[in-house]
Amino acid sequence: MSTAKRRRRELRNAALMVGPFVLILLIFFLYPTYKVIALSFTDAPLIGEGEWIGLANYAKLLNDKLFYTSIWNNFYFVLLTVIPTTVIALLIALAVSKLKGRMQALILTLFFLPYVLPVSVVTLIWAWMLDFQFGILQPLIEAVTGKSVPVFKNPHWVMPMIAVVTIWWTNGFNVLLMIAGLRNIPTDLYEAAALDGATAWQRFWRVTWPLLWPVTALVLTLQLILQLKLFDQVYLLSKGGPFNSSYVVLMQMYREAFQLNNGGYASAIAMVLFLIIVIVSVLQFQLLRIGGRRK
Amino acid sequence: MTAKQARNIAFSALVLIAAAIWIFPLYWALTTSLRSENRVVSEGAGVLMDELNVSAYIDVLSNSKLPMWYLNSVGTSLIITVIVLITGMMCAYALSQLRFPGRKALYLIVVGSFMVPVPALYVAQFVLMSDLGLINTWWGIILPQLIVPVVVIVYKQFFDAIPKEMREAVLLDGGGEFTLLFKLYLPLNWGITAALAIITFISAWNNFFWPFLVVTSESMMTIPVGITQVNDSFGVFYARMMALALLAAAPVIIGYLIFQKRVTEAVMISAGVKG
Repeated sequence: MSTAKRRRRELRNAALMVGPFVLILLIFFLYPTYKVIALSFTDAPLIGEGEWIGLANYAKLLNDKLFYTSIWNNFYFVLLTVIPTTVIALLIALAVSKLKGRMQALILTLFFLPYVLPVSVVTLIWAWMLDFQFGILQPLIEAVTGKSVPVFKNPHWVMPMIAVVTIWWTNGFNVLLMIAGLRNIPTDLYEAAALDGATAWQRFWRVTWPLLWPVTALVLTLQLILQLKLFDQVYLLSKGGPFNSSYVVLMQMYREAFQLNNGGYASAIAMVLFLIIVIVSVLQFQLLRIGGRRK
Repeated sequence: MTAKQARNIAFSALVLIAAAIWIFPLYWALTTSLRSENRVVSEGAGVLMDELNVSAYIDVLSNSKLPMWYLNSVGTSLIITVIVLITGMMCAYALSQLRFPGRKALYLIVVGSFMVPVPALYVAQFVLMSDLGLINTWWGIILPQLIVPVVVIVYKQFFDAIPKEMREAVLLDGGGEFTLLFKLYLPLNWGITAALAIITFISAWNNFFWPFLVVTSESMMTIPVGITQVNDSFGVFYARMMALALLAAAPVIIGYLIFQKRVTEAVMISAGVKG
């Protein structure tokens, strides 16, 4: 077979193999990406054509108080979840990795299990746990604050409690990554440190922490991006309330598009989230890389 | 018993207690679902699972559209998993083993698509589905969920690692690229295929936001969306709510317990960490 013929066949095969994926990518991903950008410069309703209005949607965003509230709540939620979940996952991973055999498998299963649940199952269970009248956690809240609190209807409690629910739900994923990271640390390093008379505390800060840093950085980055995309839990537990105290960017996008019929404006909101996530992930990736190199 | 052994046992016990507290919400949901509605809201009912009353389950199964939602969830998640794996595998094979124009660009797009927050596309995807007349259909639920770049990236890594000599042998026997993929590369990677299938299935099964947008008729809903509807119609019937929640979660919980190793493997591989 001639080279030219073989080359033609390779190209045909490549086209056949890449084709289905590329087609799906084009129609259901790249085209919508283009469409969201285009829509954000129009006054289109959700369904139907709109007029080109330039940057008017973005100008409107800059004067939209609710939008600032949403952005602030997103960052507040990031603050409440990202570092706490990373620390909790690290502690659990350190504990689990000290165990052996069946005991280790059992404990890991218990900590990981919530991660596979659908979000609405998680919120149903926690809404019941924290039910104002009959919730089993209310006595605990009463013991601390002196009275029962309808947590998802209270502006001070709503975000921290959604954070607790979210950490409970997603933490297992981080635990797994941390355990994998711990397993990759060569044991002879610990033996050498022990021979040198290092205390457990020193072994953690001089061996575990620096060698685990790449995984910790990965967990932090993945969590940051994930938690900025908060919607499901808020929608299911508080619908953004009370008094917009749990209103977040995707909640606003949802309401503008699907309840107020402002497709163009909703697209502008989506674009801002898009930009925030791209900037934050690039920045954080760079920062964490520098931090890791210095160690 | 030495002091060290005693310390180890105490430590294990402590971790076990922490894990028990962690899983308590699920235990409490199960306990609640197995009680009568009256008992659930009565004072001093205790936290022990001392009642095995399945009436809440029977009621939920016969008075909600749960069986229908199961069907929708199983159907759409299965179709998503099959299409994602086949298209992703073929694309990864071409990226890994064939030379063609646009190869680098395609790979960059696949890697770059990680950065796009998918919900930001929902408005445009909804408009597209509406233009195609797919609102309230299985395909409306399925199509936008078919882009799972991690499948392509993971397959490509695994295909890259297969030695070229094995390839040459098949080619000498007169096999083509499709033979190579399905007779050599795929069989060598059944493990990773199973792992990717499970993780794709679970995330499709658990997806809430998109099916919630694209489906409005109750009979087309998937499980995670459907069970939030019952919330409104049941009022304050906690045992039934918990029975509903657990029935909705049962397939993924059972699936996870059976395929535990694969699930953890898949989670680690898809995050780019070697276990």
